[in-house]
Amino acid sequence: MTAMEFLMLTKGPLFQAALAVFALGLLARLVEIFALGRAHNYAAPRGNAALGGLRTMYKRFEPDPGTFKAAPFDVVVGMIWHVGFIVALLLFIPHVELIKSTFGIAWPALPNPVVDAVTAITLLGLLAALVHRLAHPVKRFLSTTEDYLIWSVTFLVMLTGWLAYHRMINPYPLALGLHILAAEIFLVVLPFTKLTHIFTAFVARYYNGAIYGRKGVQS
Amino acid sequence: MATATPQRPQGQSMPTPQPTLGESLRRNGVSRRGFLKLCAATASLMALPPSMAPAIAAALESARRPSVIWLSFQECTGCTESLTRSFSPTVENLILDTISLDYHHTLQAAAGDAAEHAREEAMHANAGQYLVVVDGSLPGPRANPGYSTIAGISNYDMLMETVADAAAVIAVGSCAAFGGLPKADPNPSGAVAVQDLVKDKPVINVSGCPPLPMVITGVLAQYLTFGKLPELDEYNRPLAFFGQSIHDRCYRRPFYDKGLFAETFDDEGAKKGWCLYRLGCKGPMTYNACATMKWNGGVSWPVEAGAPCLGCSEPDFWDAGGFYDALSVPPGNSGDMLLAAGAAGVAVGAGAGLLARSKTKSAAKQHQTVTAAELEQKL
Repeated sequence: MTAMEFLMLTKGPLFQAALAVFALGLLARLVEIFALGRAHNYAAPRGNAALGGLRTMYKRFEPDPGTFKAAPFDVVVGMIWHVGFIVALLLFIPHVELIKSTFGIAWPALPNPVVDAVTAITLLGLLAALVHRLAHPVKRFLSTTEDYLIWSVTFLVMLTGWLAYHRMINPYPLALGLHILAAEIFLVVLPFTKLTHIFTAFVARYYNGAIYGRKGVQS
Repeated sequence: MATATPQRPQGQSMPTPQPTLGESLRRNGVSRRGFLKLCAATASLMALPPSMAPAIAAALESARRPSVIWLSFQECTGCTESLTRSFSPTVENLILDTISLDYHHTLQAAAGDAAEHAREEAMHANAGQYLVVVDGSLPGPRANPGYSTIAGISNYDMLMETVADAAAVIAVGSCAAFGGLPKADPNPSGAVAVQDLVKDKPVINVSGCPPLPMVITGVLAQYLTFGKLPELDEYNRPLAFFGQSIHDRCYRRPFYDKGLFAETFDDEGAKKGWCLYRLGCKGPMTYNACATMKWNGGVSWPVEAGAPCLGCSEPDFWDAGGFYDALSVPPGNSGDMLLAAGAAGVAVGAGAGLLARSKTKSAAKQHQTVTAAELEQKL
């Protein structure tokens, strides 16, 4: 197979297949959660549930002081590479063009060198997170195969993208094909692993916040 | 990478005495100075040190005109146009004048039987030494040969017969090199590329739609000079011309690096000459020499004229997505598929959720209570 055939395979049939698995899997997971329903609360509400839910969705972005004291590395490095991942994913011009063509929506993007720098920082952050996970006895004990799997697919998609941008793999169709393939693996793995937290984290935050909001207390 | 090394006719007597390239150039009014300039340009094109120019000059001076048979199959004549319509007198023209082009549909005076005789004569007279240049794809061995015939001979038969005694084959243009437009989906004529059929001779692909005139003359010059064919890339293209991507040599590259893009063909960015990536430029994946050698005698090239690179020197570029879609955009429409998969996901999720609910309900229904007295009785 030539590099161009590989690129067309990843851009064409494999992309369609990955997108289908992603859409099917993610919606199945989310709708199942919503369809489960919640037990009816007979107590009179003391506050606004929706407002509390939305507030908590945002508030959880702020690191909890207790957690920060207990694990500053996890909070700082985790925050850095999560933000970096989202910036590279959503604000890189080729990605915006892809999203525009697939979903019909677009937004402004960042200049390429900014995304490049953010990606480099993200890669370093991910490496640091892995080293910390392996070096820290408790974290290492708690880590499962799935944890290493999702680290790998996340790291690979960033790494191949960065290598393709810097044209460090030749010929370029091979570099781009590898990056697209890595992204497809990420998409396929996402709905069936902890990566689902990209979407369910906000559902959980809303749910927790809504419970406390209804009770009229902070969360 | 591969380096093909067929032997050129060195010092062998030709069937008819042919002038050397040097003699021919002088007869065409090319000065010694002009000739050396050509040699220096050839040296730099082939990424050789300038000190090689005299060696090239010496070799070219004494080179006999090699016999070239040019076969045109499923093509648009654009490749021939590209070669012959270059500004005259150029080095390209001169080199073309100094090869012995024994058979070429468009350029030969002979027609009908006489033309075919010329081909056969050239083949017999120069057996094992002539070059075959092919432009256009051809219906494969299993396709209906009726899609393209010349003088009642199918393209496939003519190619195989002509190539049998050739020194090497040069596939000119993306159709001959990769199948090109005829091979594009759905490929009604069963078109294939030359390299799909010719396995026992060196095949050099000079892709492009059309290819740069200087690239084919460069390949011929190298063959004349060194008696061997150039170093090739993974697609059997001469590395000297196809070694770098359009993107890497593009004069608009700084705008890509700065993140300055034209969004439409007539916005401020387009007027300021910013990068054409978002307008569909395939420069990043396209390997060709347009950005450095330019077209029309070095006047301009598509990107300089404000048109995104179509990627015409790459295999299957017709099917590689919309010409005006960014490189990251997948070909085809994934909207319907996404909706269908999403709907299926919603159905599966709703089903799983409702199943869990009904299980919970039935469990609650079947829940049996027991009192302490009843338990005591059982004991």
